[in-house]
Amino acid sequence: MTMVENSATDSEAPAQLTEMNWDPITRIVGSLGIYTKIDFKAKTVAECHSTSSIFRGYSIFMKGKDPRDAHFITSRICGICGDNHATCSVYAQNMAYGVRPPHLGEWILNLGEAAEYMFDHNIFQENLVGVDYCERMVAETNPGVLELANHTEAPHAADHGYRTIGDIMRTLNPLEGEFYREALQVSRSTREMFCLMEGRHVHPSTLYPGGVGTVATVQLFTDYLTRLMRYVEFMKRVVPLHDDLFDFFYDALPGYEEVGRRRVLLGCWGSLNDPEHCDFTYRNMADWGRKMFVTPGVVVDGKLVTTSLVDINLGIRILLGHSFYEDWEDKEMFVTHDELGNPVDRRHPWNQHTIPRPAKRDFDDKYSWTMSPRWFDGQDHLALDTGGGPIARLWATALAGLVDCGYVQATGHSVKINLPRTVSRPETTFEWKIPVDKQGKPLSNALERNRARTYFQAYSAAVAVYFVEKALAEIRAGRTKTWESFTVPENANSCGFTEAVRGVLSHHMVIRDGKIANYHPYPPTPWNGSVRDSYGTPGPYEDAVQNTPIFEENTPENFKGIDIMRAVRSFDPCLPCGVHMYLGNGKTLKTVHSPTGVPMAT
Amino acid sequence: MTQAAEDPVLHILWMNGGLGCDGDSVALTAATQPSIEEIVLGALPGLPKVAVHWPLIDFECGPEQGADTFIEWWHKADRGELDPFVLVVEGSIPNEAIKSEGYWCGFGNDPATGQPMTTSEWLDRLAPKATGILAVGTCATYGGIHAMAGNPTGAMGVPDYLGWDWKSKAGLPIVCVPGCPTHPDNLSETILYLLYQVAGQAPMIPLDEALRPRWLFDATVHQGCDRAGYYEEGDFATEYGSPRCLVKLGCWGPVVKCNVPKRGWINGVGGCPNVGGICIACTMPGFPDKFMPFMDKPPGATVSTTASGMYGTVIRSLRGFTARTADKEPKWRSKGTELRTGYQKTW
Repeated sequence: MTMVENSATDSEAPAQLTEMNWDPITRIVGSLGIYTKIDFKAKTVAECHSTSSIFRGYSIFMKGKDPRDAHFITSRICGICGDNHATCSVYAQNMAYGVRPPHLGEWILNLGEAAEYMFDHNIFQENLVGVDYCERMVAETNPGVLELANHTEAPHAADHGYRTIGDIMRTLNPLEGEFYREALQVSRSTREMFCLMEGRHVHPSTLYPGGVGTVATVQLFTDYLTRLMRYVEFMKRVVPLHDDLFDFFYDALPGYEEVGRRRVLLGCWGSLNDPEHCDFTYRNMADWGRKMFVTPGVVVDGKLVTTSLVDINLGIRILLGHSFYEDWEDKEMFVTHDELGNPVDRRHPWNQHTIPRPAKRDFDDKYSWTMSPRWFDGQDHLALDTGGGPIARLWATALAGLVDCGYVQATGHSVKINLPRTVSRPETTFEWKIPVDKQGKPLSNALERNRARTYFQAYSAAVAVYFVEKALAEIRAGRTKTWESFTVPENANSCGFTEAVRGVLSHHMVIRDGKIANYHPYPPTPWNGSVRDSYGTPGPYEDAVQNTPIFEENTPENFKGIDIMRAVRSFDPCLPCGVHMYLGNGKTLKTVHSPTGVPMAT
Repeated sequence: MTQAAEDPVLHILWMNGGLGCDGDSVALTAATQPSIEEIVLGALPGLPKVAVHWPLIDFECGPEQGADTFIEWWHKADRGELDPFVLVVEGSIPNEAIKSEGYWCGFGNDPATGQPMTTSEWLDRLAPKATGILAVGTCATYGGIHAMAGNPTGAMGVPDYLGWDWKSKAGLPIVCVPGCPTHPDNLSETILYLLYQVAGQAPMIPLDEALRPRWLFDATVHQGCDRAGYYEEGDFATEYGSPRCLVKLGCWGPVVKCNVPKRGWINGVGGCPNVGGICIACTMPGFPDKFMPFMDKPPGATVSTTASGMYGTVIRSLRGFTARTADKEPKWRSKGTELRTGYQKTW
């Protein structure tokens, strides 16, 4: 273990910093490395670099390919949310080809994507994140907290069946825990639901521009609906279970609000189109975007800045930061103006060129394969995050107050989720409320990102009930066509927007001479895990980890870094989509001696 | 995923550090015949005790300088302190020799340099010590999507990197389970077979010329497809969403070795042509280049669909030709200092 002295400008005695590195971090998708310097006396993270080392070059090898191959190829970007990429690509292709799928095709796609949310959030929450809160982990990091948990009655014991918080923690233990294993099984039945609609998980077989190849019969929807209602029953236990668990941490560890906290700068690109309104034209995009079943929006300091997909589109900027690429300032501009006549920036994905230049990893210089996506609000290049997806989706949807399909209702300050009666439980309403801290300030932190994930699982199930009703109405009316033909134009510029499971997803395509001339996908993880950009703006993980206090009781020798891991995992990192992070606060560090650690100040 | 080690334990080191998407790791969590928890908890008779070091759901997550460091298992294997172990590789192997510095992908760090340890470096170090190597997914087996024409990294499959004739110290060839991603149960069942083989209860795993388990990859998609009856009657879909045979809409089923239409995707649900998705040949060594554009009618389809009433050797030999091409990788997927994918280097 290397100890370093912090010769910061403050007048107090220099803090002793201990280097702690995690590489690769487990229980996320892909390989992420976190490199920190920790002040064990002050119990804070003083500095952090983060890196993931993978370059595949999608935007390069897609050039010159047939545009109709785009969704098959881009699905392979991600092995847990590949279908979100396929969906986004199909949306972008629909715009380029000017094709509007039959309503039934769109309801089927929505049902597939809703099942993806139900599956993916479930497995991540219970089998990956949940382990950070399980009995075995808490025993190894905060034995005092476990003791308290064992003596704390669970407020909603009647709803979920676990008497104490300690019982909840035990049931989350990997493999041995009953709920852990049940959740793993649920991740399979939800994937069956997904496969009913999209054929194959995780790279779908039945999605096409113009609609789906799924054969729409009564049986298709019966098979889906029966599984869905079992999931609804499951969620009636899971929402109160997680409320109890997360609320307990605030009580057991005062100040836990600050773990993973950052300024509220949330982006949501909207998802689940309404076929009654979505015509896939760019011209009408702001209007049909507002009809989505998850409302697009940018939330800054708790205020909704826009719900227009056109504003969202035009504001995207790709900055290079500390990454292994050459700039493209002198290269061809593909799109100078959008269809509405608005100017399009050179740093917009439509105009991006990807020019790799591999080099050694040097945290003071270039150390990353990921660029820095930002959203320009007219004044600042905002480092938006997605909070792992759900918190941004619920926040934007709640404030916009546009969604109301009975099963879900946005109120302007909350989202109501109305779940129908199931085999052993009555009709149940859950309400997700915008989180605030004890001073009433909007709160985006590790626990609230996790809580939102559970609520969004219920949200997805609720809207899926509505989609099944709409799809069955089509079938009963004899409208069984799921796909519409199209021709590929010689030239087109198009874009697709949706929500990948972990947050914002955009695909930008330029077609020239009938082939792909430019294609740039932007998934959530480059936003969340972006490097310091060319303006010096830190990325979202940087704020979140930097502000994280250390509550773990271990000495440095036995240190696991659980609070840091909880902060990082709350963003649901998905590395195949690309993440590299540098977090520095400008302090000068020098190695003073090694190898013994610093005793914990207790 | 580590079980207490009273008896000798077989370690499984899962490396997802190649150019991939983790889709095969995710697929394994979907498997039910057997499930991963059944393998790890020894819920099937005669299984050896295993310790699975798998980034996706491993409990261990400690720092290098603290407790429970995950990557330490790899360094132990490198130092010869872990025996026996099976190395699982997910993702294709980029060619790190086509540039003077930097890395295309890494997994943990090289203690000597402090730089990322590349996937190919891990292969160089661990292959001689491994009891077996299992390549999972089409990227790791044959290169896959990231090895398509015009790619900048020179990606290739594990057999391209180590050699198609490579044998482990125990005499096992590389075992390939292709699929993009792999079928969940095809993967878990192959793992199960290998565990029985390592435990001395099963003979050498039967593999074909592309190193695939024979019982899973002998038949074609078409032979197992429940739409083959439409084909026989010359009844072809002209638009997606139809229940008829999809050959004229881009389905490569007749020449693709894969059992998905027969097995379904998960617990018998889903699949490809059986549920309305064209087969894009994602299990094949020639994937994706030899099958693009995917939505065009395959070149052999005109002959075979007009002649679909005609049985026997004519069809089979026509298919044999296409199948042999489809079963070969494009020539640029190989080692060396040259990048032959068609991409003009910028470094």
